Amino acid sequence: MDIVSLFFQQLINGLSKGGIYALIALGYTMVYGIIKLINFAHGDILMVGAYIAYFVFAAWGFTPGSIFVAVLFAVAGSVLLGISIEATCYRPMRSAPRINALITAIGVSIFLENFPRLIPAIGPNYRDLTVPKLFETIHIGEVSIDPLKLLTLVVSLVLMTLLILIVDYSKAGKAMRAVSFDMGASALMGISVNRTVSFTFALGSALAGIGGVLYMLNFPLLDTYMGIMPGLKAFVAAVLGGIGSIPGAILGGLRLGIAEALTAGFISSKVMDFVVFGFLILILLLKPSGLLGVHRKEKV
Amino acid sequence: MKNLRSTLLIFVVAALGFGALQALIVAEILDDYTLQILCVAGINVLMALSLNLISGFTGQLALGHAGFMAVGAYTTGVLLVQAHWLLFPALVAGGLMTALFGLLIGIPTLRLRGDYLAIVTLGFGEIIRVAINNFDEILRWAFNSPDMVGWTGGPTGLSGIPGYATNIMVNNPAAFLWIYPIVVLSVVLVMNLIRSSHGRALVAIREDEISAQAMGINLFGMKLTSFTISAFLAGLGGALYAPFIGYLSPPGFDFLRSVFFVIIVVLGGMGSITGTVIAGIGLTFLQEFLRTSAKDAGNGLVVLIQQNLFPSTISAGAWSVDLVPLSQVLFGLILILLMIFRPGGLMGTRELPLTRWLTTPWWRKKESLP
Amino acid sequence: MKKFASLAMALIALTGFASAQTIKIGTIQPLTGAIAVYGKNVTNAVQLAVDEVNAAGGINGKKVELIVEDDSYKPDNTVAAFKKLATKDKVIAIVGALTSNCTLAITSLAQGAQIPLITPTSTNDKVTTAGNYIFQACYKDSFQGKVVANFATSTLKAKNVGILFDNANDYSKGLKTNFEATFTASGGKVSSESYATGDKDFNAQIAKIKASKPDALFLPDYYNAVSLLAKQIRAAGITVPLLGADGWDDAVGTDNADLVGAYYSNHFAKESASSVAKSYMTAYSAKYGNETDALAALGYDATKILLGAIAAADKAGKLTSPGVRDALAATKGSFVTGNISFDANRNTVKSAVIVQIGATDDKKLFTKFVATVNP
Repeated sequence: MDIVSLFFQQLINGLSKGGIYALIALGYTMVYGIIKLINFAHGDILMVGAYIAYFVFAAWGFTPGSIFVAVLFAVAGSVLLGISIEATCYRPMRSAPRINALITAIGVSIFLENFPRLIPAIGPNYRDLTVPKLFETIHIGEVSIDPLKLLTLVVSLVLMTLLILIVDYSKAGKAMRAVSFDMGASALMGISVNRTVSFTFALGSALAGIGGVLYMLNFPLLDTYMGIMPGLKAFVAAVLGGIGSIPGAILGGLRLGIAEALTAGFISSKVMDFVVFGFLILILLLKPSGLLGVHRKEKV
Repeated sequence: MKNLRSTLLIFVVAALGFGALQALIVAEILDDYTLQILCVAGINVLMALSLNLISGFTGQLALGHAGFMAVGAYTTGVLLVQAHWLLFPALVAGGLMTALFGLLIGIPTLRLRGDYLAIVTLGFGEIIRVAINNFDEILRWAFNSPDMVGWTGGPTGLSGIPGYATNIMVNNPAAFLWIYPIVVLSVVLVMNLIRSSHGRALVAIREDEISAQAMGINLFGMKLTSFTISAFLAGLGGALYAPFIGYLSPPGFDFLRSVFFVIIVVLGGMGSITGTVIAGIGLTFLQEFLRTSAKDAGNGLVVLIQQNLFPSTISAGAWSVDLVPLSQVLFGLILILLMIFRPGGLMGTRELPLTRWLTTPWWRKKESLP
Repeated sequence: MKKFASLAMALIALTGFASAQTIKIGTIQPLTGAIAVYGKNVTNAVQLAVDEVNAAGGINGKKVELIVEDDSYKPDNTVAAFKKLATKDKVIAIVGALTSNCTLAITSLAQGAQIPLITPTSTNDKVTTAGNYIFQACYKDSFQGKVVANFATSTLKAKNVGILFDNANDYSKGLKTNFEATFTASGGKVSSESYATGDKDFNAQIAKIKASKPDALFLPDYYNAVSLLAKQIRAAGITVPLLGADGWDDAVGTDNADLVGAYYSNHFAKESASSVAKSYMTAYSAKYGNETDALAALGYDATKILLGAIAAADKAGKLTSPGVRDALAATKGSFVTGNISFDANRNTVKSAVIVQIGATDDKKLFTKFVATVNP
């Protein structure tokens, strides 16, 4: 395959993966923006969404109806989970030192990854699913495009647009932005901080849930640890784009996906992880607020 | 002066403890298997101690200490196996190499705010693992000799590391002779460090970085020193580990291991050395217990439930529950519950007032300070 | 003082393992963790072997007690399990571990402690180098790599093979190296791309391999990675035959259509079964409900070999670790996975089979025997 074809092939791979990263990065960035917490457990919400969808498909096969139900249940499940975690584990930490909240998040993540393994129905064994070929591969010259990837990208972009609409134009979105800017003042202004934070978690978890379904359709191998790597990469993406910035998360996610794919395609996949973390270090050293982030001076 | 007294007292207590344990070993009341777990506990305590220095006392959460352990372990292992070094220099080299890594990693990253540092150290932990896997290939490429015998063994691992004793069946007692004193020395080192002005600066940084800076503390320099010392101790832990276990492989130094050290530190109390020691020993034994007994206990319980509540399902086969993930679930729960209800862990920032107990004559009542 | 203590410990260890009426053996398997499914199957098979021997009257009247230890696929735990079996339970021999990295963690220990260790499934070449107390009941990675390479050359007539392997897994990497050596030695061309354990997206590597226009693809990894690989390979438009190794065995019973027509090397084929194999498979299904797999069959064989050696040693009046070791070395017999004997390095001399994957009418995968390859 010549260079140009390989480039396009990898570009499409990268955009598709990047779309999923972006969906998850959005959740990270919103939560961080509002309560200054890196929600370690966010990647595991992806896992939960994926498993819910798996069970729906395992029971009902692949029909347009079952796909709809799967997504619906996945979103519902993720949202419920996200809100519950926030209410039980993170809310008590709001006034605690940041390091404590981080540790709590790690604890939640470990719990979510391992508790399902105890349940025989989910169990420690990996599960794989044969996703029927929903569409035929498109061949343009030497480039093979799997329409599923395009679909993933399109769905991600649509959801991101929806999110931006909600955040920028709805009342709840305004509340979110207010609370991110200054929690105390927002409360004084009559905004229910708890409700707003829950809403933020709900949005972020919904996105992660759908991200999980998309991830599962692309890579149908499920295991309770499946959310760790995408979660970590999505976090890097969020930081790359500027944590707290929604467009930043989107761009960061897409950029990371492309960088990964191009590195794997043209250099070596072994180097891929180095590149990802290298990016992170570089950005944090050179422009810690990320490419689109706002640098806030800390006042004493 | 008080410091010297505390130090000497700790040495005395440690020596007595050592003597007692040795007697048990020789009399064979303490069997080899329990000794094995005890040695592992010692190494875990050392690792947790190193983590406590940077995370507990300096307040910088580091999530990649398994990576430091790997560097120390592999350095010592490679030196022992490939270069046939003697044990003591190899151990020291392991610690020093890791300190160097700590320095190199710390310089760019310690300027970052706490949350970011956590993620970056996590990332480094993972990268070190990948690097070890590919190390031999990089070596072969660098020296342009594709048939060269690798150093680290890559994914196959590094086996045949010479132990503390030539007779492998008495490796454990010999290992204990090394691990115990080194752990005690490290405890004393960290204790003295914390009680010095240097240590107070670290605590100031933990409590409020901006105020500390305003008081003239060199934020970056102090953090870097703390991080480097922490890396040295962690490397020492890894170095001790290599000849003890005899075989190293990269998957053994994963994020789960780093988290285990975090749990020890958090449970013991971030900022308490005694807490780390107690929690380290306790959690090591708990983990081993969960590996061996929990499965049978759990399955016994499940079968009991099945027999009594759902007797009709017995013909289809006994239910069984996979319980080793239980240790992970428990650890996750411990972290969450501790942080919500008792963030100070067992000891908070307090230590066991050993010196006071041992030097205050029994007839003198406890003095209450004004 | 220390020397006396060690001598005393060794003596106690040697003599303590067989009380008047029971003989204790141990097994270390990953009963939990990422590969728990394999560990459970192998343990079941080991237990089956022990139960059969006990039902037939035990070893010269003595009952065999099996102590099972879980190492959850972590070498640290394998060492702890070994220490427990050796010093606390005082077993006479151990069957284990499952994966090569876990086994390699205890080979020096077993050799030093002079406890015979027979691994049923660890295929790494380095396993038996630790000493004469270590036995390997399966063929080595080098042999298996050779088998598949020769099959590719002679039967598939492939001249150019692409390999996608896991660089972080010693099993996968070992197979790739051995395949490559054999295949290039017979004039073929190999191009390879690697990924890391846990990777799910292989599109970049597949695109690069596609560019080298291979006649066949070799995927030496466990089924969980292979299922994703096959799907992405076929989606990329690559239609050449796929080759695999014994890690593919878990594919049987799934409905992964992309693997139909692929070949892999295995330890035994269910249909070309000897009477020994047939009765084993029936017994296994009867007791555990599901069908056995190749790894479990190896576990069964390793245990039967060990118990046979213990019986021989006992008959010769030498029920000690050295006695069992010598009896093991002299093993020769017909077992489920073929005729087995040990060479001078305590590796088995036995054949491999190549099987091909087919699908039943309701899309479930099964294997059909293609060829036996003798060493």
